[in-house]
Amino acid sequence: MVPTSFYIFLAALLFTIGAVAVLFRRNTLVIYMAVELMLNAANLAFVAFARQFEALDGQLFVFFVMTVAAAEVAVGLALIVTIFRTKHSVDIDAMHELKG
Amino acid sequence: MLFDAVHNAGPTFFHLAPLAVFIPLLGATINFLFGRRLGERGVASVAVGAAAVAFVVSVLQWLSLQGHHEAVTVPIVEWLTIGDFQVAWAQRIDTLSVTMMLVVTGVGTLIHIYATAYMHYDVRYKNDPRRYARFFGFFNLFIAMMMILVTGDSYLTLFVGWEGVGLCSFLLIGFWYEYDILGNPSTANARAAKKAFVVNRVGDFGFLLAIFTLFWYFGTVEFEGVFAKVHEVAAQHPNVLLAVTLFLLLGVTGKSAQIPLFVWLPDAMAGPTPVSALIHAATMVTAGVYLITRSAELYLAVPQAQAAVALVGGLTALVAATMAVAQYDIKKVLAYSTISQLGFMVAAVGMGAFVAGMFHLVTHAFFKALLFLGSGSVIIALERAHHPLPDDPEAQAVAGHHGHDHAAHHGEHDAHHAPFDPQDMRNMGGLLRRIPVTSWTYIVGALALAGLPPLAGFWSKDEILLEAKHLQPVVYGLLTAAAFLTAFYVTRQLVMVFLGKPRTEAAAHAIESPRAMTGVLVTLAVLSALGGFLNAPGVHAFGHWLEASLPEIETLPFNLTVAGISTAVALFSMALAWSLYRRVRAWEAWQHDPLEKVLGPGLFDFLRQAWHWDDFYRAVFVQGYDALAAFLAHTVDWRFWHDWFHDTIVAGTYRRLSRFLARPVDLGIIDRIANELAGSVQGLALVLRGLQSGFVRTYALSVFVGVVLMLGYLWWVIVR
Amino acid sequence: MAFMTLFIITGAVAVAAALGLLFARNAVYAALFLVLNMFALAVLYLMLGAPFIAMVQITVYAGAIMVLFLFVIMLLGAEQLKEDGGPIAWQRPLALVLGVALLLEVTYFVFAALGTGVRLLPPPEGFGDPHAVGLTLFQQYLLPFEVTSVLLLVAMVGAIVLVKNGRARAASSSEAGEQ
Repeated sequence: MVPTSFYIFLAALLFTIGAVAVLFRRNTLVIYMAVELMLNAANLAFVAFARQFEALDGQLFVFFVMTVAAAEVAVGLALIVTIFRTKHSVDIDAMHELKG
Repeated sequence: MLFDAVHNAGPTFFHLAPLAVFIPLLGATINFLFGRRLGERGVASVAVGAAAVAFVVSVLQWLSLQGHHEAVTVPIVEWLTIGDFQVAWAQRIDTLSVTMMLVVTGVGTLIHIYATAYMHYDVRYKNDPRRYARFFGFFNLFIAMMMILVTGDSYLTLFVGWEGVGLCSFLLIGFWYEYDILGNPSTANARAAKKAFVVNRVGDFGFLLAIFTLFWYFGTVEFEGVFAKVHEVAAQHPNVLLAVTLFLLLGVTGKSAQIPLFVWLPDAMAGPTPVSALIHAATMVTAGVYLITRSAELYLAVPQAQAAVALVGGLTALVAATMAVAQYDIKKVLAYSTISQLGFMVAAVGMGAFVAGMFHLVTHAFFKALLFLGSGSVIIALERAHHPLPDDPEAQAVAGHHGHDHAAHHGEHDAHHAPFDPQDMRNMGGLLRRIPVTSWTYIVGALALAGLPPLAGFWSKDEILLEAKHLQPVVYGLLTAAAFLTAFYVTRQLVMVFLGKPRTEAAAHAIESPRAMTGVLVTLAVLSALGGFLNAPGVHAFGHWLEASLPEIETLPFNLTVAGISTAVALFSMALAWSLYRRVRAWEAWQHDPLEKVLGPGLFDFLRQAWHWDDFYRAVFVQGYDALAAFLAHTVDWRFWHDWFHDTIVAGTYRRLSRFLARPVDLGIIDRIANELAGSVQGLALVLRGLQSGFVRTYALSVFVGVVLMLGYLWWVIVR
Repeated sequence: MAFMTLFIITGAVAVAAALGLLFARNAVYAALFLVLNMFALAVLYLMLGAPFIAMVQITVYAGAIMVLFLFVIMLLGAEQLKEDGGPIAWQRPLALVLGVALLLEVTYFVFAALGTGVRLLPPPEGFGDPHAVGLTLFQQYLLPFEVTSVLLLVAMVGAIVLVKNGRARAASSSEAGEQ
């Protein structure tokens, strides 16, 4: 049988890849997708622990995370569309006016 | 009889006494607030109504006192409570205060009625009809204040009224504050008001000292309390009573215009004529006489003070009479005459003849009010003829009658002469035929003033002379001389104003005043003629009435010798004046006063300038004060205090200290610290601002670095 | 053993898809890699006894959300973007180094804390099926559930306001330009 630590390790690996992708890419949409990847990695860890402790609460937490992610994506994409209208670009490095 | 019925039925109206104060106060308030909207008729109704109600209240007090003459105290409100010392505002209703109430409200009401017509013209000649309401507001306020004065049951309450009437006097003397007496733009009237106020302050200072002394040695300022302790205090501190009575005398010389503080009263003629009649002849100026009568218990205990008061009164009577003989202004003559007559009263109450003094106060109120109002009627008569108002049909008719004459005359006036002065007796003459009612009533008043029997002035003056002959022979001499001069200047005035032929166009076309004015004149003339019988020998109603309020005084029987002498003196004096002035009848233009030829120009001018009393005060007090003020301002304040002490010592030292603090201390140490600190913060910020690059991914990277470092640290901790 | 094999295969697919997301030049490809990754995760959820979550993962995540992403990518025409260079090119290698460091640390912690002793057996009957999840959700978590509805409503309103305002501003600025 698969040990819990394998699932957690997989989740960590996916999370790291997502995080590196956030730092790595310039396309705002791809960065958003990387954030979704990180959320998914966290969900995997939740579900794995829910299985280990045989408690449904972990799964329900995943459900709520998904809801919040959906809301976040809706607002985030609206923001990106709005920014694109003025900047005509989705390059995140083009938005650096807020600096010291 | 009615009085017996009232007495037997027993209704008393003492509880109504406060209305005598509050109704005029209400009238004044209404006229101040709504006067402009009420119109002249409304304003006059309110003012006359308020004064008349006060008179009715006074009459009710008189009725209530019939039969039982004891004083009644009507409390109004608790006023001051300082420890054991209490002063309530209460009204003392006794025969003395009711006498004053009747005079003030009775004569006051008549003058109110007169003023409704007089001020109608006055405000139009001064081009400010809206001031009509203000005048009557002040007038009613004066009545209220006078009521507070005469009904107060303590020296402090009396003082409140004393100051209140002083304020009204100030306001009404300066009623036309932007003009002089001829109606030209000037500050003269305002200065006259100020003078009256300041001179009265000197007297009030004495009054206040008297109140303080009473408070200190008697522990109370209420009349009853003070009088009850007179003998006790007189035994312990003999000089206290002398001090109090002399301080009071100083107050009296201010308010009642006695030597040495009389100088304000002639200038007070700047006020409209009803003001002169009401305030500066009939009522306010007699407050001093009332004060001494009220303080009779104090004065009777100090014969020296009595002598001083009598002497001041006698001297004033004589000195003011000499001044009156040389005046040209119709109101100035009456003003000096008033001072002189007040001297008679003060002399009378000073020597203890309180009934005689108060009696003269009453008759004088009648005939002097009559004379002032008559002079006002003469002034308005001339003014209307000289300068007809557009809404004055009577005057327009007269103007049309002598149309081109008047116009030519008027033009000549404007071109070559000083502005027409309707108060100058040299501009009058022959008015008897033009304005008969004014003239005849004026003659009645004048003869009463001269003291011809059986007019009112004769009886009261004779009583004073009789008492004086008995009590103070020196004063008797002074007063007899004053009576001589009185008859003289009265005759001089009558001849100059009413006899002969008119000396100006205005006098030739003078217009009789409206009925509101002549009616009042006739009423007062009747009172002046018959008022003397109140206390005529054998009647003595007035004396018996007042006795209830006064310490026991003996009344002297009528003395034919004294009466004969005074009548003879008056008649002789009148004959003398007639012989001097009868040629005036034929005069075409004025050149010299006949008296000037007799006395010599120097002496005549000396009298005309009121003995240069004003100049003396100006030289000694005003200029001395100015010099002192200049010395204090320029030398002490500016040169010593400002230049030397402030600039050199204080400012110089401070400047040196602040220079030291500014350069080495502040710039060298404190600023340096602050600047260095700011510089280093700025340098650090320049380095650190690079971190705030604006790139979101860089911020994310710093989070990432933080996570890696934290986990690395934990790892290191666990492994170790 | 079959479970282990299945785990290794699905895990490899998930990692590969994630790396594809990381390196894909085209945003559309990146999105499709993410979809693949989500399918792989759905399989893992099934293995872990969470069939309901797995279905939600596929329908909501891989279905709705990713379609929304693709839609926006197409709408903006932003699939191609020059990724290297730029003002902060220096942080790319640093990110890789940090990623490796984080992975090492996490690996240590995971295996140090959990070890490999706990083996996950097939779940008991009824664990994680819609019935059980529904009961828990509408009994124990009713209030949070209702709150999420409010959250979604707010997000919806927010999105509409943002986009609408942007349009109004663009319209007014274009009008100003015409004048």
